[in-house]
Amino acid sequence: MKGLDEVVPAGEPWMGVVRAGQSLRIVDLEGNQAVDTLFYNAADTAEHYSAQNTIQAQGRIYLTTGTVLLSNRGNALLRIEEDTCGRHDTLGGACSAESNTVRYALEKRSMHSCRDSFLLALAKQGALTKRDLPSNINFFMNVPVTPTGELRFADGISAAGRHVQLRALIDTLVLISNCPQLNNPCNAYNPTPIRVMTWDNA
Amino acid sequence: MIWEEEIPGGAHWSGVLRRGVVLRLIAGGDDANVSALFFSREQPLERYNMADTLKAQHIAHLTTGCVCYSDMGRILCSITADTCGWHDPLCGLTDAAQISSRYGATRFQEQRNQRFVSGRDAMLVELGKHGLNERDLVANINFFSKVAVDEAGALRLTTGHAKAGQYVDLRFEMDTIVALHAGPHPLATGTKYAPPAIRLQARRGSPPAADDPCRVRCPENARGYINTERMYSS
Repeated sequence: MKGLDEVVPAGEPWMGVVRAGQSLRIVDLEGNQAVDTLFYNAADTAEHYSAQNTIQAQGRIYLTTGTVLLSNRGNALLRIEEDTCGRHDTLGGACSAESNTVRYALEKRSMHSCRDSFLLALAKQGALTKRDLPSNINFFMNVPVTPTGELRFADGISAAGRHVQLRALIDTLVLISNCPQLNNPCNAYNPTPIRVMTWDNA
Repeated sequence: MIWEEEIPGGAHWSGVLRRGVVLRLIAGGDDANVSALFFSREQPLERYNMADTLKAQHIAHLTTGCVCYSDMGRILCSITADTCGWHDPLCGLTDAAQISSRYGATRFQEQRNQRFVSGRDAMLVELGKHGLNERDLVANINFFSKVAVDEAGALRLTTGHAKAGQYVDLRFEMDTIVALHAGPHPLATGTKYAPPAIRLQARRGSPPAADDPCRVRCPENARGYINTERMYSS
């Protein structure tokens, strides 16, 4: 089995490439941890995951086994092949210092956030910038929408050891922020590590 | 009234709306749809953010009292009036493959300006006029379309939601590049490409008062206005 097997602590970004045909597994090691994730075509990063194209094509907002993640150009990037959590969010986006000032208090600007993790990872990568941050997936996060059009942050559906596994359909650059949010239940107020694994399939 | 203009059905438009101006979008027919994107005129890297708009206000639809957030914690525009009642922030744009498979393939060579333009192509053209490209084509709003989400997460477009003459008023809180496409909603089921026109009317508005309905809708919006006012007062 050729690939990666890494533990990513809470509040850290992770970047890596999953080749076409390889699997990527993300494990929620301690439970109720939001994993903010973006996918790019590794050969042309102007093509990336599109939340709107993905939910439009499958006709539903939650992601789970069988969901094909579509790009902004309408191409298939990855397919979710296993999911022991049940559903994942693609509407809630990433927390940022600036949105924290709106959502919680102006004084919360200095708290660590997913977008800061994304920006630091992109700055070190060198080619991508804030311009390349579209709306992301939140694996293991539960953001139900009601029939009357309200959005809730409920959470509590993931648990220790649950995982989501994706099969890459093209060479894919993966950008993860293991969420440091302390102000809402998306991480059960206690951000914890995740495990990221990739491997070749026979 | 400062100016008035009509976007023919299927056509696209962009322009700059200054802080303090109210743009009225008027449905030119039943089942109208107009896709919209907003960028800061001063720094277009600051742009409408679907997720921040939804989670700050705990909403999955837009109507009077809601505001459209940028990704920098500021308010690009506020919905100060709405006779339609529900606008879709979830479903995105059509692309060329969808348009030709649903409505038939068209080319300018044969159909001239009656050709069927996709939402994505329309936005790429308008964004290009402002130095922006597909990296800037973020999640958009579809005004006049209602898409409800059931308990299982399934999306359903309400046919017959928008009626001719209904309008929505956007009061701009920042100098904003606005890109619009009067095209069909991506979940529309008809087989005839006949999107209604959208009429635009720009008027001078009054600054949001202390008791402005958008400001007092939730504490989050009060803070969003503070962030926006700080930038314009410094």
